[in-house]
Amino acid sequence: MMAAFFFVLIAAGLVPPAGVAARDNPNDQGSAVLITWSASEAETASFRYVILRSPASDTGFAPVGDEPSARTEFTDQDTRDGTPYWYAVAAVSGADTARSAAVGPVRSAAQWFNTARTNILIVTVLVSGAFLFYIARARRGVKMFVRKIAGLDSIDDALGRATEMGKPILFSFGLGYITDIVVIAALPLLRKIAMKSAEYATPLLVPSSDPIVMTAAQETVKEAYSASGRPDFYNADNINFLTSDQFGYAAGVDGIILREKPGAIFWLGYFYAESLIMAETGHSVGAIQLAGTTETTQLPFFVAACDYTMIGEEIYAASCYLRPEPVMLGSLKGEDTIKLVLIILTTAVVALGTVAALPGLRASPLARVYEVVAGWIAPAY
Amino acid sequence: MLRSNLPLVIVFTTALLLIVAFFIPHKPFGDLESRFLNWYAIVSGFTFLLGIDSLTRHHLLRVRRRVPGWLYSLILLLGLFVTLFLGFYSWVKFRSPFALQAPFMWLYTYMIIPLQSTMFATLAFFIVSAAYRAFRIRNFAATLLLCAACLVMLGNTPLGGDVWQALGRFIHLVLPSVDPAAFAALEVPAQVKDWLMSIPQAAAVRGIGIGLALGGIAMSLRIILGIERTYMSS
Repeated sequence: MMAAFFFVLIAAGLVPPAGVAARDNPNDQGSAVLITWSASEAETASFRYVILRSPASDTGFAPVGDEPSARTEFTDQDTRDGTPYWYAVAAVSGADTARSAAVGPVRSAAQWFNTARTNILIVTVLVSGAFLFYIARARRGVKMFVRKIAGLDSIDDALGRATEMGKPILFSFGLGYITDIVVIAALPLLRKIAMKSAEYATPLLVPSSDPIVMTAAQETVKEAYSASGRPDFYNADNINFLTSDQFGYAAGVDGIILREKPGAIFWLGYFYAESLIMAETGHSVGAIQLAGTTETTQLPFFVAACDYTMIGEEIYAASCYLRPEPVMLGSLKGEDTIKLVLIILTTAVVALGTVAALPGLRASPLARVYEVVAGWIAPAY
Repeated sequence: MLRSNLPLVIVFTTALLLIVAFFIPHKPFGDLESRFLNWYAIVSGFTFLLGIDSLTRHHLLRVRRRVPGWLYSLILLLGLFVTLFLGFYSWVKFRSPFALQAPFMWLYTYMIIPLQSTMFATLAFFIVSAAYRAFRIRNFAATLLLCAACLVMLGNTPLGGDVWQALGRFIHLVLPSVDPAAFAALEVPAQVKDWLMSIPQAAAVRGIGIGLALGGIAMSLRIILGIERTYMSS
């Protein structure tokens, strides 16, 4: 009944949507068809588009969805791959309906390659290639230089001071999960700190907000104590779970800081708004604080409250710095080379965009080249 | 040998599958990522038992040994088990602990949320003390930071507009040809703030972001290739 209603074209001042087209929804797992049309002038508040579908070209059209007047596309996500469908779009306003001609047949299908991600694939291959090249080069014995990272050099001083003062060391991964690369990057630092803490016989406290991170930290510290010849020094109770609640965790860590008064605090992981609450409490008890996070919004807070802050990718480079083996340094060298290439490319594209925007050059081939390059780098823009 | 190599093989295979799945929408690759995330959610759900075990042991030990502050540990344990009990009770009686009339929801609305808000509110005081130290004029960088922060604060608050308007009226007194309304419309504090945030600040953040992305890729490759193994305590 409904299908018959829409199949009848009622011309009551409404114009049928123009430019209706239907095609397989690109870059998906199949079972979807994308229908597009040109915008009509919405005459009333109740104006909308109704999308109709049929397994035949001339009969059996039934609505599969509707869209408000501002929209000009609809994805039918309930199709059977390989089955032919015909589509029409009806402009509806109150009781009036004006239906477009049917378009089709169109068949949905799954794709074997997401063409929208070609640029990412090319960049990934180039970047990974550069890393692998430098790792291979390092394996052949080519000497590589790694610059000093002040924050990492300060670890020994901070631990020595905590030991001299007879105070414990506190290490926090923040609210990071084991799926966060920054947490994995912080584990080698925890290992180094644990080895020193075993050497100096200074207790190491690691309050965690995630049970998996807690387990990884327990294993890392236990292994570090064993490697330092002090397995007896390990106390699982010092590496405990607090809560996964953001401010509950901050309150818990603040409590530990105020009770235990650690001599050195390491904030290495993922932090949000709780970062300053914890770091300022650490400062209030006179602890030396070292921070490192990939969360750029929290960096200013750490810079203000801590003695040393590892900015940006320095925390990722920490494991290479602590274990300066050729393969580790090779990956670091690869990273720096790509960074240099990116700086040159960014400068070139900015210069190109600036020149192309000059009066008189906006319609030139230079502007077109810039549009293509910028569109390829960032399709969304 | 197997104990140390098996995790590496699993990591390498999983990473390779996920990278391939990112570029291939066709089944069975297309939904691999969400499938793996579901597995992770299930595993991490069970690991919360480890967390509860750690928390309970830690605080029971403190209560048993009567260490200073053991009463807080007792309150924490009571809070933990009362919340757990009310959660189960609400689940049985109201079919969901998050039903509006459930006692668990009452606990959440009238105890947990106010406590979280209180803790969050302390941030305002910590910002002041941290800003005081950061903005002390010690060197050129700190002075620059102080000036930039003052300009951004002026641009973000009504005070900036008021100061600008007052300046316009003052200039009008000295130079009557200057129209105070046109002067006020220039909104220089807001313009300066916008420029600082969208040009130097955005450039710095993007620079750090690019470094982080590359560092993340390098770190991931080290993990995938088995060069970085600290996460498995080796």
